[in-house]
Amino acid sequence: MAKIASLAEAVSELVRDGDTVALEGFTHLIPFAAGHEIIRQGRRGLTLVRMTPDLIYDQMIGAGCASRLVFSWGGNPGVGSLHRMRDALATGWPAPLAIEEHSHAGMANRYVAGASGLPFAVLRGYAGTDLPLHTDTISSVECPFTGEKLAAVRAINPDVGIIHAQRADRAGNVQIWGIVGVQKEAVLASTRSLVTVEEVVDELEPVPGAVVLPHWVVDVVAEAPGGAAPSYADGYYDRDNAAYRAWDRISRDRAAFGEWLSSLRGEQAA
Amino acid sequence: MTRTEPGAGETTWTSDEMMSIAAARSLRDGQACFVGIGLPSTAANLARRLHAPNLVLIYESGTLDTRPDELPLSIGDGVLAASALSVVSVPEIFNYWLQPGRIDVGFLSGAQLDRFGNINTTVIGEYDEPSVRLPGSGGAPEIAASCREVIVVMRHKARAFVESVDFVTSVGHGSGPTDRSVLGLRGAGPVRVITDLGVLEPDPQTAELVLTATHHGIEVERVRAETGWELDVSADLMITAPPTGTELRTLRSMRTVGDPR
Repeated sequence: MAKIASLAEAVSELVRDGDTVALEGFTHLIPFAAGHEIIRQGRRGLTLVRMTPDLIYDQMIGAGCASRLVFSWGGNPGVGSLHRMRDALATGWPAPLAIEEHSHAGMANRYVAGASGLPFAVLRGYAGTDLPLHTDTISSVECPFTGEKLAAVRAINPDVGIIHAQRADRAGNVQIWGIVGVQKEAVLASTRSLVTVEEVVDELEPVPGAVVLPHWVVDVVAEAPGGAAPSYADGYYDRDNAAYRAWDRISRDRAAFGEWLSSLRGEQAA
Repeated sequence: MTRTEPGAGETTWTSDEMMSIAAARSLRDGQACFVGIGLPSTAANLARRLHAPNLVLIYESGTLDTRPDELPLSIGDGVLAASALSVVSVPEIFNYWLQPGRIDVGFLSGAQLDRFGNINTTVIGEYDEPSVRLPGSGGAPEIAASCREVIVVMRHKARAFVESVDFVTSVGHGSGPTDRSVLGLRGAGPVRVITDLGVLEPDPQTAELVLTATHHGIEVERVRAETGWELDVSADLMITAPPTGTELRTLRSMRTVGDPR
């Protein structure tokens, strides 16, 4: 049975310096509250894995949590660039950042392999592109039945998988609906898992198309209402597109970002 | 923005509006279309409101046959999920729907495009020390590989239309007409590049992009000046019909989620 704990307890127990951590959620249900708690607890040297780093990894990179980023599309959706990520890549500020870059199809299949207990996944991808020249977790394999050459990608098995979901019951069964991305795969591929939820309820009412993660594959559930904002939680609140646009200005400037970070950490303005 | 005049019903339009309208016209009703965010999304949603009400729009967030009232800002906005026939997981959208060739048209954009329609959305300059770090691949490499055909929508600028791309994120025609089959890419690749100045299509013999149409009011010399390779012009050069009043009114009535009313 999954343990129900506070978010601070959950992060303290599950996330360690140097871990490989995947905070997933494809545009929808991005676990911002958990990422912010990792920043507050000052974790360092993390390998951050996420298909779309989005604002949450821009913030964690700017806060100095990461030494490596594994990703497939690193922009501010519909707005532009992730400037903290770009600054870290270009100047090593506030810490040098190594990257391991894939396509979405490659990353999705890496999670599927990780969740399936397989060492790699096969896909039709990457042929003729320049990514295999730079990413050593992309290779190729010959089909033993047809002789066809296909792309092979190494499984991802993070130390910790973190997602945000709409609801869990008191046993820790988790219910997710709407755009479900790779959240199920990310949890199943990870050694330890944390699910933040909008609410813990007595009973999960069925929702059409919902994904349910049973309590025995989840380590800790933490209630974090609004924990996906400024992304959104289907059935609870909408994406705050204005906040995504506003992030561009904060992210561009180290000082403006520093003020944002101090405010997140609850520090007094100097 | 270039303003050109006059058209039927409305008198002026921007070059971006002409591009979106030309791109929308290139989609046929009933096609299944894998849509990238930004210019492709605008054009595909315009087509659905005009001549292609049964266009099947698919976004990489897993929304199948979505019919948003407003344009999404991101690839996974709630408006896409709420109006979709079905929402599937990200592994499923790539593995079951895109990879086997179930999608007719991939609709892409990019930061750089070369004479063979290869697309770069990764870096300008060297990979390890880029002058500009771009967002990266997203779904584009496999969209370019596996859709039956690819249409590219991009603003026509000399710095973007280059002799050869700094990084091949998504393969167009590689370095010539046989590259796609040698690489095992099963879709036809880019069949059309629609810009704010005109339309480029691959030459059937060489697979090099040639100018097959200029938009109403655009001179060939201007297109050549904004193209980084010696651009050939088709013997049957067409001129894109100006936007109709209905096209312009429909395009201008479309708003993005969260924009002020």
